[in-house]
Amino acid sequence: MAKRVGIEVSVAIGEVCKLINVDVVAAYPITPQTHIVEHLAELVADGELDASYIPVESEHSAMSACLGASAVGARAFTATAGQGLELMHEVLYVASSMRLPIVMTVANRPLSSPLSVWGDHSDAMAVRDTGWIQIFTENGQEVVDSVLCAFRIGEDSRVLLPVMVHLDGFHLTHMIEPIYIPEQSEVDKFLPPFNYPLPLDPERPLTMGAFGPPVIFPETKKAQEVNLRAAKKVVLECWDEFGKVFGRHYHPVEHYRSEGARVLLLTMGSFSETAAAAIDKMITDGKDVGLIRLRLWRPFPFEEIRQAVKDAEVLIVLDRAISFGGPGGPVCSEIRSALYGEDKRPKIISAVSGLGGRDISIAGFEEIVGRGIEVSQTGSEQEFEVFGVRE
Amino acid sequence: MADYIKFGKRQVTKEEYLAPGHRACIGCGEALAVRLACKALGRNVIISNATGCIEIISSQLPWTSWRVPWIHTLFENAAAVASGIEAGLKVMGRKGRRSSDKVNVVAIAGDGGTSDIGLQALSGALERGHDMLYLCFDNEAYMNTGIQRSSATPFGASTTTAPAGKMSIGQVTWKKDLPSIAVAHNIPYVATACPSYPFDLMDKVAKGAAVDGPAYIHIFSMCPTGWRCAPELAIEIGRLAVQTGIFPLYEVEDGKYKLSVKVPKLKPVVDYLKRQGRFGHLSEDTIQEIQDRVHKDHAKLVDKVASSAAVA
Amino acid sequence: MGKIFKSETEVTWKDLDIGAIVTEPGSASQYQTGGWRSQRPIVDTNLCNKCGLCYIYCPEGCIEQGEDEYFQPNMYYCKGCGICATECPKKAITIVEEEA
Repeated sequence: MAKRVGIEVSVAIGEVCKLINVDVVAAYPITPQTHIVEHLAELVADGELDASYIPVESEHSAMSACLGASAVGARAFTATAGQGLELMHEVLYVASSMRLPIVMTVANRPLSSPLSVWGDHSDAMAVRDTGWIQIFTENGQEVVDSVLCAFRIGEDSRVLLPVMVHLDGFHLTHMIEPIYIPEQSEVDKFLPPFNYPLPLDPERPLTMGAFGPPVIFPETKKAQEVNLRAAKKVVLECWDEFGKVFGRHYHPVEHYRSEGARVLLLTMGSFSETAAAAIDKMITDGKDVGLIRLRLWRPFPFEEIRQAVKDAEVLIVLDRAISFGGPGGPVCSEIRSALYGEDKRPKIISAVSGLGGRDISIAGFEEIVGRGIEVSQTGSEQEFEVFGVRE
Repeated sequence: MADYIKFGKRQVTKEEYLAPGHRACIGCGEALAVRLACKALGRNVIISNATGCIEIISSQLPWTSWRVPWIHTLFENAAAVASGIEAGLKVMGRKGRRSSDKVNVVAIAGDGGTSDIGLQALSGALERGHDMLYLCFDNEAYMNTGIQRSSATPFGASTTTAPAGKMSIGQVTWKKDLPSIAVAHNIPYVATACPSYPFDLMDKVAKGAAVDGPAYIHIFSMCPTGWRCAPELAIEIGRLAVQTGIFPLYEVEDGKYKLSVKVPKLKPVVDYLKRQGRFGHLSEDTIQEIQDRVHKDHAKLVDKVASSAAVA
Repeated sequence: MGKIFKSETEVTWKDLDIGAIVTEPGSASQYQTGGWRSQRPIVDTNLCNKCGLCYIYCPEGCIEQGEDEYFQPNMYYCKGCGICATECPKKAITIVEEEA
């Protein structure tokens, strides 16, 4: 029976990587993920994890080294945040288009300037189109469980795609939380050994990364898109199995007191827990509100979103990132797009808050929901509003 | 019939690991250099190739010219991908998931992908001590994209982004000394090579691959297209580069310098320069400037060789 | 020439291996680079001493050693660069203009 321990979430990630027996860790430090790579370094130095630990000289090289390791059939892991995720931006596209099942935990952090080491989703929003499977988490347990599932999903022969597990910088990475760390035997049973079908090997020479002139490039992208979409089935299967084995059930869209609610708030990431507490208060105060939380970001859960909001009249989407000069909240614009074709859909309001790690209190959530309801009735001159900014 | 060809006592495999039918320019010295390097490496190799001439001429979807395992990803990360390959093979060998017999991990990149955009990844890989061989194929510019200058372009050469004109002689900086940068990382083996000296090149590649730890070989790659010279003279020009002292051939083993080809009296650089259109605009004064510099650099190298011999 | 591969205009997205990996080594060797040349090498076996230097210096790797041990360029691939003629120590190779 797994023990429940009080452990820093970053350290827990290292522990689960140990249980997973990762082969190669490419490590470059960047706040706020540094504790992840530091703990992995300790595990390797003490012989608790037998892995090639590559202290690379930049994040671009971190992901590049993961490409090389995965290409020969090794289980590769890295962690990054904010600027680091951006520095490896071009390499991310290569990992997914070359179908290399690397797993990476991203400690979500804003992009400079100004420099910020705290938590928001700007870095994640910049990599939406990179072709990775992407999962958001709300607490330490979810992080640990998602990392384990990430390896199983990514390495599945029907998928063979890299997976990003997003966790809010500082809000999750640096928190000590009570977490069930699975037993080694449970992990061994849940995660089959990694068997890449076409690794680089002198016994069977093959070419990876040939270039694509216009006559063939679109075919490669169609193949990639079909494969990423098909991966959703494997994600659901994995979470289904996970629920049966570990008793914790995960879904692409999570519901909290949302059944039949007239007004829904949609959040993603760790502030969902505070939002839930705010929803509780608002319901106690007699408001007809509910909360839905997005867990599976890519491949985007179109059916689950449409199902979740079908009875609502107002949907307030709270983004922790901003698309300048554009539709405002990136998640909101995707939700709008997902619901555009529906005959019946709620009024969708875009709210942005929590940028740069600014906390949103329960009162803050109440303000957002209140204003959202107001906008749904009277309209607004602005495409979206940023909350919590001192005027 | 034997599957090798005899050159004196030496046997050179008939295998063409870079298959004919590749799309290199007519008379490409770089393709020749890669072809020879592959013969020296054999089958037991995994190549990490940067974007550049060699990558483009050999890997157009849906086909490949490569008969050995080969991966291309991006421009600046050949050394980083090779690091991951090496680390992956090592740990998988330890864990019993594959044989722990050594596989030669080789990074291939051009001068642009090494001296400019790839320098960081190279430095990191060398510092970390990965057991790999890095081959820089230096055709002295970003040739694949149309002859743009790199930090390996020689002084006075005309390229499209440092063209000779009324206000400029073309390249106004001197070629970056990559072998010295590699030596500064204290790696076991550094060498320079040129396909005009094919057996020397093959010996060095074999040596670099066999060495335990990082090895770096800088390979002069004659480019008739970019250097504006007759294709049939490509080998001759490579020879002249060595014999004028412009591109000396040497090895550095554990910091000790050794000349591979001794040239008792250096030929005048003008013999080399005048055959190439990229130098066609140079005045006599500039040619003399180049000559003086070559003599100076050569003397420095000879000094290093001498002091290495003295310590031994 | 060995296995005939689908032409690039016929390959469908389903034909592609995962990650567009090319699994057939050397498949590009079906491409006839001999069509590039405007001049061709002619070997005079009376002068040739079978030294093999032309073989070594050919950037295409298309010079082949026959049963008689003489070296001959393979015209399917030969681009007509002329390096073999320049490097031949016996001047046994002449470059002539390719026919129209």
